[in-house]
Amino acid sequence: MNFLLLLPILIPLSAAAVSLLAWRRGPVQRRLGLLGTSALFVAGAALLLHVRSHGIQAVQIGSWPAPYGITLVADLFAAIMVLVAGFMGLLIAVYSCGSIDARREQFGYYPLLHILLAGVCGAFLTGDLFNLYVWFEVMLIASFVLLSLGGERAQLEGAIKYVTLNLISSALFLTAVAIVYGATGTLNLADLHAKIQGLPRGIALLPAMLFLVAFGIKAAIFPLFFWLPASYHTPPVAVSALFAALLTKVGVYALVRMFTLLFAEDAWTFNLLLAISALTMVTGVLGAIAQNEVRRLLSFHIISQIGYMVMGLALFGLASDGPAAVLALAATIFYIVHNIVAKTNLFLVSGIAARLRGTYELPNLGGLYSDRPGLAFLFLISALSLAGLPPLSGFFAKLSLIQAGLRLQQYEIVAVALAVSLLTLLSMTKIWTGAFWKPAPGGNGAGDSAISPGRYGLLLAPVIVLAAAAVILGLGAGPFFDLSVRAAEQLHDPTEYLRAVLGDLK
Amino acid sequence: MTFAVLSGFLAAVVVPFLPRFGRYGTGRTVALVPAALTAYFGSYIQPVGAGETFRTSYAWAPALRVEFSLHLDGLGLLFALLVSGIGALVAIYAGGYLSGHRHLGRFYGFLLFFMASMLGVVLADNMLTLFVFWELTSLTSYLLIGFDHEREESRKAAWQALLVTGGGGLALLAGLLMLGEAAGTMELSELASRGGDVRSHALYLPILLLILLGAFTKSAQFPFHFWLPSAMEAPAPVSAYLHSATMVKAGVYLLARLSPAMAGTDAWWYLVTLGGTATMVCGAYLALCGTDLKRILAYSTVSALGVLVMLLGMGSVLAAQAAMVFLLAHALYKGALFMVAGAVDHETGSRDVDRLGGLWRAMPVTAAAAVLAALSMAGIAPFFGFLGKEMLLEASLESGGRWFLLPVVVLAGAVFVAVACMAGFRVFFGSSLPTPKQPHEAPLSLWLGPLLASAVGLALGLFASYAAAWIVSPAATAILGERTGHQPLKLALWHGLTPALALSGGSILLGLLVYANRGRILQMNRRLEVLLRHGPAWWYDLALGGLNRFALAQTRLLQTGYLRHYLLVIFAATVGLSGYVLIGSVELPARLLGPEIRFHEAALAGLLLLAALAAVRSSTRLAAVAALGVVGYGVALVFILYGAPDLAMTQFAIETLTVILLVLVLYRLPRYAVLSSRWVRIRDAAFALVTGATVTALVLAAVHGPAYESVSRYYAERSFAEAHGRNIVNVILVDFRALDTLGEITVLAVAAVGVHALLKLRPKNREDAA
Repeated sequence: MNFLLLLPILIPLSAAAVSLLAWRRGPVQRRLGLLGTSALFVAGAALLLHVRSHGIQAVQIGSWPAPYGITLVADLFAAIMVLVAGFMGLLIAVYSCGSIDARREQFGYYPLLHILLAGVCGAFLTGDLFNLYVWFEVMLIASFVLLSLGGERAQLEGAIKYVTLNLISSALFLTAVAIVYGATGTLNLADLHAKIQGLPRGIALLPAMLFLVAFGIKAAIFPLFFWLPASYHTPPVAVSALFAALLTKVGVYALVRMFTLLFAEDAWTFNLLLAISALTMVTGVLGAIAQNEVRRLLSFHIISQIGYMVMGLALFGLASDGPAAVLALAATIFYIVHNIVAKTNLFLVSGIAARLRGTYELPNLGGLYSDRPGLAFLFLISALSLAGLPPLSGFFAKLSLIQAGLRLQQYEIVAVALAVSLLTLLSMTKIWTGAFWKPAPGGNGAGDSAISPGRYGLLLAPVIVLAAAAVILGLGAGPFFDLSVRAAEQLHDPTEYLRAVLGDLK
Repeated sequence: MTFAVLSGFLAAVVVPFLPRFGRYGTGRTVALVPAALTAYFGSYIQPVGAGETFRTSYAWAPALRVEFSLHLDGLGLLFALLVSGIGALVAIYAGGYLSGHRHLGRFYGFLLFFMASMLGVVLADNMLTLFVFWELTSLTSYLLIGFDHEREESRKAAWQALLVTGGGGLALLAGLLMLGEAAGTMELSELASRGGDVRSHALYLPILLLILLGAFTKSAQFPFHFWLPSAMEAPAPVSAYLHSATMVKAGVYLLARLSPAMAGTDAWWYLVTLGGTATMVCGAYLALCGTDLKRILAYSTVSALGVLVMLLGMGSVLAAQAAMVFLLAHALYKGALFMVAGAVDHETGSRDVDRLGGLWRAMPVTAAAAVLAALSMAGIAPFFGFLGKEMLLEASLESGGRWFLLPVVVLAGAVFVAVACMAGFRVFFGSSLPTPKQPHEAPLSLWLGPLLASAVGLALGLFASYAAAWIVSPAATAILGERTGHQPLKLALWHGLTPALALSGGSILLGLLVYANRGRILQMNRRLEVLLRHGPAWWYDLALGGLNRFALAQTRLLQTGYLRHYLLVIFAATVGLSGYVLIGSVELPARLLGPEIRFHEAALAGLLLLAALAAVRSSTRLAAVAALGVVGYGVALVFILYGAPDLAMTQFAIETLTVILLVLVLYRLPRYAVLSSRWVRIRDAAFALVTGATVTALVLAAVHGPAYESVSRYYAERSFAEAHGRNIVNVILVDFRALDTLGEITVLAVAAVGVHALLKLRPKNREDAA
């Protein structure tokens, strides 16, 4: 079943290649967009099912044995993330069909979408440090072009900041890779697991810090998040939603991978991560409170919630007993999935609201609760989920983190997490009040209230699916959380991972 | 039982679509759901009264200790009956009150959603399931307070209620989790028997404080009471149902439910009793000073909630029984009075007690309902309120040493009498006053609810012994847990000339006196107003405003919009973190320069440094580009010196291309000028030096030398033998690590698309908003 590991990379790359051949043929590209992302989604589901029943899977590319060639590995965490990426890709493709203008379509929107997904899946599946760097580059260039596609002034300004800061991240990443390779002579993650533990503490800690900054920039943690609020509000909302769903999460994924597999030993690092997580939560949510433009507000929330994900990782490292460590890490995994579902939907809804009203500015929005009750309640579900209200997905994500924090007697971070969730609720109700409850201010005719039902359906379908997902992840939290626990167990005890990659010899 | 709780949610989803089917969407149809539930719970009265309890449980998220478990005992049953019974009355009432409203369907949806959530709160056994429902009641309360969503006051009040109760809810969540940890169970039914463990736990006090924060915010205890009067922006059915009869009693319910495990300590006594007493006094005073009928009732509700909390704080058997009697009586009369106030508002267009009078002529049935409810509130026999008050006085008398409770209780009782006079008599009797609308008798739907509620209040009083045996006693038993000592409650209207009866009579007289002197109290209050202005609501506004200003300032400070600031911070973080490690735990080679340094190496290093310096200092762009080119070629020379000719070739090509491209666009770039101040340049120079030094140190640390054998030897051995290529680098690129190359090719392809799009795709118009 090795091809299952290749599919999540091959499917989007082939879809991109065929799309490029159909240059300037909008309808073909749209269909390929739906087809490719559907196939990716199905492949992701198959992979997860396979890994769930057969354990961690690995494939050596070109049959060069590890650690000499490049290995692709799918553990439960990676498989979950691939599935979510395919799911989001599909929904965004549907939404794009209803919202992306013909000109962007003609200049390669769909091929870029596929390549971005290929980069994301590659990053999830690779078991090689330098190969991870390559997938990050694929992601970076695809996202940069998507961000600037259209050439609007605000887009270009945002894209410059985005690409500059992310290139610094790449440079630091590469420096860290060089140090690791210099000290150990290998790039295979499984091989590195044991070898890094044999290094002097300082030599191991240096690349750890560089990875922290490099992936921290990608994940948008405090104080490295600047690129995110500077750019996410500039492209078409389908692109913002796609970025919100996947980009920062790949950064978090990489942090989790590094600090569970390679640098899991140093308590100092995890105390640092804990402090960072608190600061990320707080500065992010305060940034959100200060905004009046819906997409900017949501962008700052991404940052704040990255803090929660890092909190779980930090607690994992500080836990003294196995079950507590697993709980903390499972919380992070569950939180990532929940957050992708909730946050993406908020972007999508904001796009529909802007389509109807012609603006993203809260003072100029309003009246949607009366005009579009269905949309209003779909928004409410995702917004409340994001704020952690029960029984939606966000509640269980928050609950698991808090349980982990309390069990480890880290009361300060629990207090911060709870306070920030109240502030999250505050800013979600700010959108609710401004865009939905408040009557529409007079004299605004910029909107497109007469949006055709077919197009509205394309925009609304992903929103309905994601709102339903937030409810299902909440009401059915048990099995989903159990899966996260199993994924966390694989990360906590890497024996199975090592055996899958290196075989029984090591 | 599970279906009974969940049916409300199902109905809530269906009901909003009912009005589309015309007349079937009336309140009477909707009321069938709570009415059926009332009957259902009614059937449990007998077994529960006989001491049985019922429990069902389903796994929800076992890894997080969340179980969907429900538990029905006396306490839960009393609340469930209240929630569903008053729910039915309110549903009928709402049909009249909001008839013709365009969002009536949604209103019913919210109402039923609330009812189901509230049933969940009082029946949940797992504390986290309880919390889930608890938050849902806060949420529906938010949606219902803001029901009139186009008015800013409604939205603000809804927001305030949500933030206050939501904030308390988060504290409660932490408290419940810690309590579960301390007791070793999340099930309330098991918790009752683990009181010893809980009370002696090291974290008892923090747990108690967190839970009290949750309960006090929900039940509008001082100093969190301010959201409740603001919540009067909601339509009258909501005020009657959520904000007097049921939701605000959730905090009281929780304290009652946790009493067996947590009560009985000094901390409990002082915090709960004194919190309740303060609320009682504060609410009573503010009720006296109001003129808006709904606000007066709201403050008297605050006061009554204070009474309940105070009673639970006392912890005696009598106090627990008194609390349940008082709670039942209050829910009935206060719900009725709120509905009456709504009906009066609906028919006359005013709620100002000083501008209403003599309405009994126009609205006789409403007046009758009001009088019945007011008599119960004032504590006149044979109404159930009389019993509530008497037991309250007895419990206070019994508390002995804590003497100060008694006068306060009597005074509060007097205020209740005065408020009852205002709400039940002043409005309906005396001379008629002109009102915005010509008053008419309210329709059946508007008077049926209050009349039934107050009639039940009368019936319970008349058949007090049955009420005691079947409803109040089982509830009190659940509160007392092991401490009950089997002291069965006997309720009778007449139990002789007791001190309590005397005090009760006294408080009625005192109340009439207060009512007669209301004008003077209002006058005095005007003088105190300066003081009262800085109450909790003022602090709430101040905190919210401060938060917004702080958020804005912080965000401006961090997210300045200038790329150079961002770079500065990111480099600072890098330097800080790696510098800390370098200094703290890395041993750098003692000598920076090896012994065998040769002349051409030194010369090359000097050239690189000079070129870099020239690039920074140059005054024309062309010179800067040229100097950068020299740096690049210098680096390529370094590659050659250390045996990487292929890297050097790549570097030469890139450098040449870069310089050519830069020169090509040189004349299209803006003027080359020095824009930054001297200080900024010094800062940047220092910063660049530190960053450079750190990177140098990193490189030095990295050449520490491999502790393990490198994989590169494998490549050298297998390159020709297995991969059939003589150039190892090529074989690595296209075979050993071909996947990397695939990725890099993709990067190039995307870059080509990107350049093409940047050049050709310019915005024509803003057709794409979404």
